[in-house]
Amino acid sequence: MTAPSPGGAATPLLEVRNLRKFFPIVKGTFRKVVGNVRAVDDVSFSIQEGETLGLVGESGCGKTTTSRCIIRAMAPTSGQVLFHTRAGKVVDLVPMSRKQLRPLRPEIQMIFQDPFGSLNPRMTLLDNVGEPLLVNGLRNRRERTDRVAELLRLVGLRPEFMHRFPHAFSGGQRQRIGIARALSTNPRLVVADEPISALDVSVQAQVLNLLLELQTRLHLTYLFVAHDLSVVRHISDRVAVMYVGQLVELAPTSAIFKRPKHPYTAALMRAVPVPDPRVPSGNGALKGEVPSPAAPPSGCYFHPRCQFAEERCRREPPPLREIAPGHLARCHLADQLTLETPASGAGGR
Amino acid sequence: MVAATPVTSEAEERISVASNWTLVWWRFRKHRLALFSAAVLIGFYAVVLCPDFFSTQDPELTDARQAFIPVQGLHLLDDNGFNPWVPSVAGKRNPVTLRMEWTTDPERKVRAGFFVPGYSYRLFGLIQTKLHFVGAIDQGQRIFLLGSDRLGRDQWSRIMHATQTSMTIGLVAVTLSVILGVVLGGISGYFGGLADQVIQRMIELLQSVPTIPIWLALSAALPRDWTPQQVFFAITVILSLVGWTTLGREVRGRFLALREEDFVLAADLAGASQARIILRHMVPTFLSHIIATSSLAIPVMIISETSLSFLGLGIRPPAISWGVLLQEAQNIQTLALAPWLLTPGLLVIVAVLAFNLVGDGLRDASDPYSH
Amino acid sequence: MGLGMLPIRTATEAGAAQPLLSVRDLRVTFAMDEGVVRAVDGASFDVLPGQVVGIVGESGCGKSVTMRAILQIVDKPGRIAGGEILFRRRLGQAGAETEETVDLARLPPRGSAMRSIRGAEIALIPQEPMAAFSPVHTVGEQIIEAILLHWRQWRPDGRPLSRTEARQITGDLFRDVGISMPDQRVDAYSWQLSGGLRQRAMIAMALSCKPRLLIADEPTTAIDVTTQAQVLALLRDLQRKYGMAIIFITHDLGVIAQMASYVVVMYLGRVMEEGPVDEIFHAPKHPYTRALLRSMPSLYGQARVALPVISGSLPHPFNRPSGCPFHPRCGDVLPGRCASRVPSLQPVGERQSASCFLYHDVADPA
Repeated sequence: MTAPSPGGAATPLLEVRNLRKFFPIVKGTFRKVVGNVRAVDDVSFSIQEGETLGLVGESGCGKTTTSRCIIRAMAPTSGQVLFHTRAGKVVDLVPMSRKQLRPLRPEIQMIFQDPFGSLNPRMTLLDNVGEPLLVNGLRNRRERTDRVAELLRLVGLRPEFMHRFPHAFSGGQRQRIGIARALSTNPRLVVADEPISALDVSVQAQVLNLLLELQTRLHLTYLFVAHDLSVVRHISDRVAVMYVGQLVELAPTSAIFKRPKHPYTAALMRAVPVPDPRVPSGNGALKGEVPSPAAPPSGCYFHPRCQFAEERCRREPPPLREIAPGHLARCHLADQLTLETPASGAGGR
Repeated sequence: MVAATPVTSEAEERISVASNWTLVWWRFRKHRLALFSAAVLIGFYAVVLCPDFFSTQDPELTDARQAFIPVQGLHLLDDNGFNPWVPSVAGKRNPVTLRMEWTTDPERKVRAGFFVPGYSYRLFGLIQTKLHFVGAIDQGQRIFLLGSDRLGRDQWSRIMHATQTSMTIGLVAVTLSVILGVVLGGISGYFGGLADQVIQRMIELLQSVPTIPIWLALSAALPRDWTPQQVFFAITVILSLVGWTTLGREVRGRFLALREEDFVLAADLAGASQARIILRHMVPTFLSHIIATSSLAIPVMIISETSLSFLGLGIRPPAISWGVLLQEAQNIQTLALAPWLLTPGLLVIVAVLAFNLVGDGLRDASDPYSH
Repeated sequence: MGLGMLPIRTATEAGAAQPLLSVRDLRVTFAMDEGVVRAVDGASFDVLPGQVVGIVGESGCGKSVTMRAILQIVDKPGRIAGGEILFRRRLGQAGAETEETVDLARLPPRGSAMRSIRGAEIALIPQEPMAAFSPVHTVGEQIIEAILLHWRQWRPDGRPLSRTEARQITGDLFRDVGISMPDQRVDAYSWQLSGGLRQRAMIAMALSCKPRLLIADEPTTAIDVTTQAQVLALLRDLQRKYGMAIIFITHDLGVIAQMASYVVVMYLGRVMEEGPVDEIFHAPKHPYTRALLRSMPSLYGQARVALPVISGSLPHPFNRPSGCPFHPRCGDVLPGRCASRVPSLQPVGERQSASCFLYHDVADPA
C-alpha cells in the first residue's frame, strides 16, 4: 500500500502556521470594508522533505488560495510560512518583499493546471524552459541550451524540440514542458495545482507516472492540490481536506481513505463515482450546498449538512485535534463515529 | 519514457517553429482585401517619403494666367506604342464673363516621360537631384495631370505634398497616442491603486468632453505667429492628447487580464524582474493587438486633421494638407468649374478605407492562438 | 446506500423492444480552411425506450458532435455527411398515439418537423446551465412558456392549458427536481440561483415537455463532486419516475459506470466498443477500453506505483491515422492489418460489439 513517509517526521521542509487570507468586501464610493471573504482561515500543516501532501476540497474551499499564499503569488493576511532553505536556515516567507523572495524562488516552484495558459506562446521551448535559468544567472546561451536539452530529456521530450513553439504540442506534452521549467532551478518544493485535471484521460496516467518518477529521482517534495480523490490517493503520502477555508482533516493517505474521521471527508469520498458498476457510489449522501466563505455558519462550518450534527456542533467551533497518531480532524464527534467509504472494505486489493 | 511524437512532415515542422509574427502574417495573408489595402498604403507612404520625386513641378509655383487648367490626362500609348503624352490645352477668354476657358486638344500632344529631369530638390532632404517620377520631357513645359487651382498651382504636385503632411500627422499622432496610452494604461493596469484611480478619472473626463470643441479651443489657443512647422507639431500633439484614451483603456484591460495569466505568474516565480515580465511577457502579448488598434486609429486622426484644416483651424497655408486643399474647394463655383479640386477628398476616402481594411485584417490575425 | 441506488436496468431492455433511437453509420464532417475534419466517422448505436446509454470518450472523440447531430444543431461549417438517425416519434393525440419512424438526418434542421421533435420528444441538458436561461426573464416564465408551447403533452384530452395551470405544473416540476421552496423559486432569475439549483432548474426545463429521450451533455463536468452526486441521484430518480431514455455524454468513466446501463466508447469519431455496462467495465474487449480502464488510478488499488499508460497523445484532427484510428497507440496492434484497413463494429460476444481486428476480420469499405 502506501509507501512510508520518507525521511520520517524529523525534517520538515515547510511549516504553515495559522495561515489566513481574507479578501475584503468593499461597498460604495468610499470603498468601505463591510465584511471579509475568509478564503483561508487559520490553516496549519507541515510538509516533510521528500513527501507528497495532497490538498483536496471542492471549488471555493481555499485550497488554491492556500497554495498561492505559500508560493507567495499573493500576500497572506496573517500567519507564518516557514521554509527550511537549502542553506539550512528557517525563513518566514510571509513578511518578505519581492526582492527578499527572489533568492528563494528557485527552491519553490509550481506546476500549473492549464497546459495552454502556463507557457508563453510567443517564446520557444528553449526560452520558456530556460527563462528561470536566465534570470537566475545562467547567462551563457550554450550552457543554457545544454541544460534545457537535459531537462527536456528528463521529462520525456526530445531535445530537438527546443526551437519549437508551444503551439506545436499537445496538452500532455505541454504539461511536460511546464514540469521541465519548474524543475530547471533544482527546486526542493514543487507546488502542483491540479496538474492533470485539464488533460485527456488517456494521457493523465503518463503525467502522473512522470511526477512519481521525478520525485524518486530528484528527491522532490510535492504539495499536490487537486479535487480528484483517486488521483490524490494515488500520489500522496498524506492528505489534507479543506472545507470553507479550513482544514477539516489531515492524515496519512491509507488511514484517511479507509477510516476517515470527519463526516465531510467520508461524504466526499462516497460522492466520487467509482468506475466500476458493481461498486455503488456517487450518491447524493450530502444535502445542501457549500456555504459561502463570506458568511460561514455558526459553530462547525459543516453542521448544516452533517447527518450527525448535535446541538454542540451548532454552537461551538470544533478545534483541529489529533484523533490518532498523525491523524487530525476538526470534529467534536471524531472519536465516536465510524465512517464508511468505498475504500473501507476493499482491503489491499 | 518518451512521448511518442513521430517525426512529422516538413509542413508541420514549419508550423512548429513558426514564431508569433510568422503566424500573424500567415493569417493576414489570407485576407485578400487587407493585403490589397496594405499595398495601397505602401504606395501612399512612398509618396510620404519623397513627395518631390512624385511631383511634376514646384507646388508653390503660381501663374495667374494658368488658373483652373483642366485635367491633362496621362496617356501611356500613342500610335507608335509606349510613348507617354498629355493633350495640350489652349485658353480663350470668354468675351462675356471675361473668364479664361480652357479646352484640351488631343491632337496636339505634349511629350511626357518617366524618370525625367525637372525642378531641383533634395531627395529625403539630403541628395540634391532633379529626377522626377513623371513629368514633361521639355523642361520648360508645364503639365497639369490633375489640373490647376485658382492661382495656377499644379494640383497633382500639391496633392503629393499634402499626402506627406496628412499621412505623417496620422502616423505621428497615433504614435504619440500609443506611447501615452501604453505608458499611462500600463501604469494604471499593472500597478493599480491610486495611480489607476487618477488615470481612469482623467480618461473619463477626456472622453466625456465632445472632441470638436476641444480641438477648436486648443487650436484657437495656438499663437497666430507660429510657423507652419510649429502649427503642424502642435496639431499633432492636440490630436494625440485627445486620442490616447481609448488605447489607454485597452492597454489597462490587457494588463489586468495578463497579470492573471499563468505564464506571467510562472515568470514571477522564476524570479524574473518586473521590467522583464512587462517587456518580455506582457508587451509582446498585446503588441500585435495594439498595432491593429493603432492602424484603426490612424484614419480617425487623418479625418480629424482634415476636418480641422478644412475649417481653417488646423494646418494653415502655405503648408499643404488634404484639408488645406479641400478648403480651396469650399464654394459652389469651384465645384462647378473645377471639380478636379475635389481629388484630395477622394484620397482621404481611399486612405481611410485602406487603413480600416488593414486594421480589420490585422485585428483578425493578431491573435493566432485564439482557436 | 442500498441496492436501490444501483443503476436502473428496466424490463424494456429485454431484447424484444424496438429501439427508440437508432443511429446508423453516422458521419459528420467539418470543412475547414486547413482541410476536412471527420468529427464523427461512421458511428452506430441504438437507444431502447427507457434505457440509459452512456457515450464516453476523450476530447475530439465525436461524442458531443453526435449529440448535436441527433438534435440537428451541428455548428457551421459542420454538416451531416451520411448515415441515418432513425427516431420513433409519437403521432396523434396523447392516449391514442401511433408511432412513426423518421430519419432525423434527412429532416431540414430548421423545419417544423424537427422543431416539434426538438424539445418535445428529445430534450437537452447542456453542460453550462448558466447559458441555458435568459437572464432577463425569470426561470419560471421560461419553463411556463415551454409548457404552454407543448401543452398537448400535459393535456391528453385536448383541452388547452391555462397559464395558472402551467405555473402549477412548473411548481410540481421544481418539487420533482428537488428545488426547495418551489413556489418562490419559480419567480427567481437564473443568476439568483446557485450552481446546483440552476442545474436542477435546467433539468426541470428539459422535463417540461415530457420528452421520451433526454440527452445530457456532460451535465456534471462544471460542478463539484458533492453537487454532482446530488444531480446524478436526481437524474436516476427522474428516469425511474418518467421512464424516459437518457443518452449520457461524459468523459468520466466513473459517472458512466454509475449511471448507464449500456455504454458506447468512442475514439476519434468512431465507436470502438459498445455493450452493457458490466461487460464494458469487467470484460472490456477493445484494447482502447482496456487500456483506458487500466490507466486510471482508483480509490482502492495500489498507490504510488507506475500506472499502465496509453502511449502517445491524441492525434490532431487533421492528422488522422490511417486504418484503425487507435492503432498508433495500441499495444496489441497487428502489423500490416490495423494500419491499412478500418475495422468495422462487429458483435464480439453475446451483447457486446467491438471494432477491432483482434476479434474479427471485417473491415469497413474504404
